[in-house]
Formats: sequence, C-alpha cells, structure tokens
Amino acid sequence: MSREPCDACEELLQDFLDRTLTNDEWAQAESHLSDCDYCRRRYRFEETLRRYVKLSAVERMPPGLMEKLQQLRGFEADGLAPR
Amino acid sequence: MSETDATEARRIAAEARDRARFEEEALGLADQVYRVARRLVGSREEAEDLVQETYARAFRSWRSFTPGTNMRAWLLRILTNLNVDRGRRIQRTPQTQPLEESDYYLANKLATAGGEEVLDQDQVVERLSQDSIVNALAEIQPQFREVVVLVDIGDFTYADAAQILDVPIGTVMSRLHRGRRALKQKLAEEALT
Repeated sequence: MSREPCDACEELLQDFLDRTLTNDEWAQAESHLSDCDYCRRRYRFEETLRRYVKLSAVERMPPGLMEKLQQLRGFEADGLAPR
Repeated sequence: MSETDATEARRIAAEARDRARFEEEALGLADQVYRVARRLVGSREEAEDLVQETYARAFRSWRSFTPGTNMRAWLLRILTNLNVDRGRRIQRTPQTQPLEESDYYLANKLATAGGEEVLDQDQVVERLSQDSIVNALAEIQPQFREVVVLVDIGDFTYADAAQILDVPIGTVMSRLHRGRRALKQKLAEEALT
C-alpha cells in the first residue's frame, strides 16, 4: 500500500471512531482498513488510546464528599434558575 | 382541617416527594459529575468545591429541572457555568497553543520511539503512563479541554456537550478535534522527553 492515500484516511479515521461517517463513507473506510496495514495499525492505536485516556482520567469521588452533598439536601428554593 | 387546608397539605406533601426524588436522582449521578469536575480543574480540592457548589445550586433550583430530560447534562451545565464564573477558565493556561500536529503524530512518534516500528498497538499505548495522560489533559487549553473531558471522559454526545457549553454543535466538533490533537501532542512531548 502506498502512503499517499492514507494521508486522507487520517482525517476520516477520527470520524470513523466517532461513528459520524455516512454509510457510503463507512463502507469505504472498512474496505480500506481491511486492505491497508498502515491504517489498520493507526486505527488500533487511536482506538486503544481513547480507551486508555478514559481509564487513566477517571478518578473516584473522594471519601466524605457524598456525605457533604447529602447535607446540602432540602435547601429552600430561592427561585434562582441555573443559567 | 378545612377543605383548602387539606388540598394545601397534599400539595406540600407531593412537592416534598418530587423534591426528594429529584435529590436522589441527582446524588446518584455525583460520581459521574465529580469525574468531569476533577479533570476540568487542577486539584482534587477544587473539584470537591466545584461539585459541592453545583449540588447546592441544583438543589436550590430543582424546580427549573424538567423531569424526563437529561439530568446529568443539566448538572454539568451548572457545573461548567460555575467553573467559568470562578475564573478557572484561565487557570494553568498556556498563552499560546503550539503548532498543531496531525492526528497520527503521537502514534507515529511512539511507534518509532524504539527505533523500529512496533506492531502491537496496545504495547505502543502502554508506553504512556496514566500520570502522563492526566498531566497532558491538564495542560491543554481550557476551551478544548472542556470538550474532550465532556465527550471522551464524560461520555456525553456532541449534542449534549453543545447544550452544556451553550455553543453550536459544529464548535463542539472542531474543539474536540483540536483538543484531541493537542492532547496527543502533549503526550508525545511527555513520552519522548
């Protein structure tokens, strides 16, 4: 596979991962991925990276925060709508 | 008790039930709200404050929530507005965005970091530490970070993110695109220096 058409794929890949391609584009992308080793590896990388970013960035609530939030219950409505 | 008093008592009881239900549902989302807050601001303490302020405001203005709509998005809208109000938007902001690299910049850098192209992409990603991801996220421009955090970490749709941030959906998409690129660029800098 030549490198050149794959520069265009780079843009498409993000939309492919976001599932925002049209059906035609999707079919084209899938067929290209099955042929092109370079793009397939980049696809795997981007997909894995997204999952890894999510996993790494998730932090659990600190202990005690839930209790503090519970104590906020029952405040009198002051008519202020959130913006 | 007069007829009117009885009606009024029923109304008050019904309202208390609605409110308690609202509060339960909101508290059930606290973990997810915190998750977004934690990545929007610089420290755990700030995130805790921000979440508490968000819930204080949400509980006060519970009547303005429309039952059946997306409460998580509603809470996050309060949270992102409070975050802006408190001036956190400018916190830890680099003054200039470095030159944008391509989507594959990080993949290409990491894949060839050892001198030779690595075939297993899981292994390539594992060259990044979890800390480096957290740091890189903290370093990208707040307006891009907001969108990346909402969509890629908070799992919000483009439409929800647009509603939360009060910007057009096209803006969400372009910021997301640029934010992800900026994140990868930061990661490449961290991993390779």
